[in-house]
Amino acid sequence: MSKESREKLKQISKENKKAVNHYEKIKKRKNIDPSEYIVSMKDTNNVIEFDNLKTYFYTDIGIVKAVNGVSFDIPKGKTVALVGESGCGKSVTNLTLMRLVQGPSGQIVGGEIRYKTESGEIVDLTKIPMSYMEKIRGNEISMIFQEPMTSLNPVFTIGQQISETIELHNKDMSKNQIKDRTVELLTIVGISRADEIYKSYPHQLSGGMRQRVMIAMSLSCNPKLIIADEPTTALDVTIQAQILDLMRDLKNQINASILLITHDLGVVAEMADYVVVMYAGKIVEQGTAMDIYNNPKHPYTIGLLKSKPVVNKHTERLYSISGQVPNPVNMPNYCYFKSRCEKSFDKCSGDYPSLNDLGDGHKVSCWLYDKDAKGER
Amino acid sequence: MSSEILQVKNLVKYFPIGTGMSKKNKSVVKSVDGVSFSINRGEIMGLVGESGCGKTTVGRTILRLHDATDGEVIFDGKDIFKLNKSQLRKTRPDMQLIFQDPYSSLSPRIPVGDIIGEAVLEHKIVPKSEYKDYIIKIMKDCGLQEYHISRYPHEFSGGQRQRICIARAIALKPKLIVADEPVSALDVSIQAQIINLLKDLQKEYSLTYLFISHDLSVVEHISDKVGVMYLGNIVEMGSKYDIFKNCMHPYTKALLSSVPIPDPSYKCDRILLKGDIPSASNPPLGCKFNTRCPSVMDICKKVSPEYKDYGNGHMVSCHLYTNSKYEK
Repeated sequence: MSKESREKLKQISKENKKAVNHYEKIKKRKNIDPSEYIVSMKDTNNVIEFDNLKTYFYTDIGIVKAVNGVSFDIPKGKTVALVGESGCGKSVTNLTLMRLVQGPSGQIVGGEIRYKTESGEIVDLTKIPMSYMEKIRGNEISMIFQEPMTSLNPVFTIGQQISETIELHNKDMSKNQIKDRTVELLTIVGISRADEIYKSYPHQLSGGMRQRVMIAMSLSCNPKLIIADEPTTALDVTIQAQILDLMRDLKNQINASILLITHDLGVVAEMADYVVVMYAGKIVEQGTAMDIYNNPKHPYTIGLLKSKPVVNKHTERLYSISGQVPNPVNMPNYCYFKSRCEKSFDKCSGDYPSLNDLGDGHKVSCWLYDKDAKGER
Repeated sequence: MSSEILQVKNLVKYFPIGTGMSKKNKSVVKSVDGVSFSINRGEIMGLVGESGCGKTTVGRTILRLHDATDGEVIFDGKDIFKLNKSQLRKTRPDMQLIFQDPYSSLSPRIPVGDIIGEAVLEHKIVPKSEYKDYIIKIMKDCGLQEYHISRYPHEFSGGQRQRICIARAIALKPKLIVADEPVSALDVSIQAQIINLLKDLQKEYSLTYLFISHDLSVVEHISDKVGVMYLGNIVEMGSKYDIFKNCMHPYTKALLSSVPIPDPSYKCDRILLKGDIPSASNPPLGCKFNTRCPSVMDICKKVSPEYKDYGNGHMVSCHLYTNSKYEK
């Protein structure tokens, strides 16, 4: 390693330390004044509002802006899908929402996540104390993880693992009530021998069954929002169809909103009301599912939809987006997609395009659709 | 030379599962339980099925990476299982494998040029004087740059690594490539690049592929002929048109209807299969699909159905279509 690069690394780690210490200090304070985190909602029909959220990772080679100014809303009782390729920041967005970003390298550096709690307070989830967050996490906002094989604890029975959540958030319930509720939950998610499964261990169940258990766990406290992080990626198509069917049924039954995170455009089309497309930490396009699928605007969305082969739709050659996702460290100032974009023109080398509303909430961040820029083309 | 490059006849592969030290209670997992098919030169055959149905084992046994329990594999006129060690070694360059996970199938300590070239030197594919030019040509054909030759695998992204794996297979001038889920670890936009590359190479080098995948849309795009596997058996096989437009077996129908279509206005009558795939160590009697089949009959639980041709090589094994049923 040359002397300069060693110096540079030293410089980076020094700066990182300073920034991380600053954020850790803010996080570790005791007795945070409620005025710091009490906010008001833009629209009362929304369960959650993300506003210019920024989560950075301070790594040894530089700052990775995993989530870089993300804003979108989740309306009550609707399913919003976050779509994008691996590394685009969709999982970090939901970890930020749950305040599960791994510190000290990962830090929420800006923005707001506004949420109305069951007690009626409207709070900013990025700023509330951890003790407050623990009351919300798993209770009002719950999560279904990607890997049903690894996210259950192998040494506890299914029953114990589900009742743990219920016990924690409902201190007034008796042991028998908790057990009844657990068995009821297992029945709701379509497990036929609920009493038997209550006593069995995770390794005795198949992948599809385990994912049902995970769903039961997420439903245990009647959440207002369920985050499903790639819930069917590890499953086979026939099992995937079962699980998607179950999730759709349950959503209507308990009237919760779902934040679905996936890279499978087929699953999104089936489940989502609204779609948010992310690329390299930023939202490139958002709108209703109909907008995105029938009338995609951003060249990345168009490319993504075209590059997926579809059953019973014959194409001689698949469309492919050339190149690959840029290095997350030291992103350019201009549009991140420029180097891969077929339609790029002069304006694209300038500033990063802002999210333009094309009407009815269909927003695109691309200079092609900017009214002022169009003339220059 | 016959037009068929590969003939698989009644291939069987059981894996023993012992219970500890005792020799009693030895049972077997019937991974592949009588699979027969053939591939013509220059054809792409797709093999689909859910996880645990034995599709990977078929691919590996054909290349004799596993020794088969029973059956025959005739590759290019030679019975693979009857070859001795040196004969097998000579045949190896003709049949290559592309693995699923490009992250774990490349040695992190060897530069890319050597990864691609190691077997080329070993099998003396080209004279030593042309070696370097040959490697660079192969790399360029696979979409890699000349300066990549001295780099190490960790410097590459998933898509590029898969290109290295493909280059390694192509470099030996093979006749048959078994591609075991080559795109399932990749993102959608990269997936399309790799599929296009595989198709281009097939035309350029006149290759034959056995393309193993669980993704039906990818298989439909790339294959000429498709086999659908369930619990160690091929339940239906035919041309791409037969399988995707005119499928007969209830399992194929359910599988096709389970694939999510990326169009929110598309509503289909989905056939939901109940339950999970049964264990391969203790498969159900009769037709193996009888526990999940929506149109199950009494006979399905007793007799396993015949694997029959229903015209133009469209093979189905299901009691719904056997004559005996129509006679009754």
